[in-house]
Amino acid sequence: MGKTIAEKILSNKSGQNCRANDIVIADLDFVMAQDGTSGLAIQAFEEMQAKKVFDPQRVAMVIDHSSPSPLAGVSALHKQIRVFANEQDINLYDIGNGVCHQLVPEQGHVVPGDLVIGADSHTCTYGAINVFSTGVGSTDMAAGMVSGKLWFKVPETIKFIINGKLPAGVYSKDLILYLIGDVTADGATYRAAEYVGEAISNLSIDARFTISNMAIEMGAKCGLMEADQKTFDWVKEHSQREFTPVKADPDAVYAWIKEYNVSNLEPQIAKPHTVDNVAPISEVAGIPIQQGVIGTCTNGRIEDLRIAAAILKGKKVNRHTRLIVAPSSRQTMIQAMREGLIEIFMESGAAVVTPGCGPCVGTHNGVPSDGENVISTANRNFKGRMGNPTSFIYLGSPASVAASVIYGKITDPREFIK
Amino acid sequence: MNLQGKVHKFANDVNTDYIISGRHKFKTLDMKELARHVMEDLDPDFYSKVTPGDFIVAGSNFGCGSSREQAPMAIIYADISAVIAKSFARIFYRNCINTGLPLIECDTDGIDAGDKLEIDLSAGVLHNLSKGTDIPITPLPAVMLKILNDGGLVEHFKKYGGFNFD
Repeated sequence: MGKTIAEKILSNKSGQNCRANDIVIADLDFVMAQDGTSGLAIQAFEEMQAKKVFDPQRVAMVIDHSSPSPLAGVSALHKQIRVFANEQDINLYDIGNGVCHQLVPEQGHVVPGDLVIGADSHTCTYGAINVFSTGVGSTDMAAGMVSGKLWFKVPETIKFIINGKLPAGVYSKDLILYLIGDVTADGATYRAAEYVGEAISNLSIDARFTISNMAIEMGAKCGLMEADQKTFDWVKEHSQREFTPVKADPDAVYAWIKEYNVSNLEPQIAKPHTVDNVAPISEVAGIPIQQGVIGTCTNGRIEDLRIAAAILKGKKVNRHTRLIVAPSSRQTMIQAMREGLIEIFMESGAAVVTPGCGPCVGTHNGVPSDGENVISTANRNFKGRMGNPTSFIYLGSPASVAASVIYGKITDPREFIK
Repeated sequence: MNLQGKVHKFANDVNTDYIISGRHKFKTLDMKELARHVMEDLDPDFYSKVTPGDFIVAGSNFGCGSSREQAPMAIIYADISAVIAKSFARIFYRNCINTGLPLIECDTDGIDAGDKLEIDLSAGVLHNLSKGTDIPITPLPAVMLKILNDGGLVEHFKKYGGFNFD
């Protein structure tokens, strides 16, 4: 009987021949926390009476969620992170470096076959490059920093086979929103997702990150893909580390298998206030929009900026609408500047803000006003998520956001795709 | 250990942004302060309605979304003695055990707002005193019971210097 990717990585890292539902203690390749979770992790680390992290090179803290600091209270927490990072000599990505889930792979910290935890629920992002990565809380993060280990229940796996070719104007964001709408917000809870098939193979690594990033929105522990030539090329460009990719066996056992054909998929929109409240864009087209957001760990990468800029080039953001663009990292922003994308955004009337989480989590950079509608490339549209519980958040692809801010209402981007 | 209190009822998919909003949690690690904002976006008066020992009762997928450990901690500091739901999101589940907030997984359809409950954790049963019904509780996995019995993951690490489930 064969094994899934999750079973193989957890077997490799625990030294036990494990199967779904076994409990293992496994070695971690990398641990990460951000500015909203580091404080409690540091507190727990100190309470555990630990002196040193297990390996400073394999620990990172990223100041991205509320960065640069908008308030004195936030500044105090950021200072605590800087002091700890200096004392422990761990990787620190301070303000302006970007979103943790862009930085961890971009800076070469993780490679195929790795086991990674992050004190941020979207740590599942690195599954796109064949990493078993999962979100944990601050105390688990502290345990990982102290011991280099964590206990895991080996998850059962759900296999998503995605056939067909995404039509022009339809992107990996539309695909993952469609899947979440289909399986619902807790359809994959306690389980790993594996994404395979022609439509996945055809995606760039940037586009694959978007899919794995949102695995948590169906409750999954991780969102895994096999490594192919695109993965190898991307990883070698970003990391010096040696790696051994992990494939699922043909006779691996799955909790269930779902098969889709995406050749006729429309752009998808998640409506307020849950991510699984998904509709084809034709159902919501015309809803007025006061604010658009392009960025976040879901869709702030260079390919996303290129797609949005291609639509916004030579056009203006509607006079009743605002657009905020937050590139996912400093490198992404520099690349976007070289390609003239930032100029296109600025000329369209957008506010381009510091690389990082942007306004996604309601701390700064664009809290909507009462009753306003926002269309965002982020991964969550919970009531109050962006800092105002009376506003409404719609989620879509960078193309859907770009098209919508031009008209000031939700707009099918295929109108702009030649 | 027996827990007694009255019910505050919520629906399915209560996410950690609702439990404690990002607009509060980035400002401070003062859990007493964060506790004042627990469930604020679903019920602005929630904190003032709680009598120490009360329960949060919900449907499925409680605690979905962000990994913020401020969520179980703020619930603890709001004097809620346990969260009772049909199912829990994975990260929240671990965070509760690690921080010492008891989780009760059971059928919650027959529990209404204001009901008085008594939970007998060792017998694995929830008594709905208002309705005169008994509801069986899904037992915690052995590893989690061990961490909870040690007083949370920090205490477990202090005791053993690392993970020890033998």
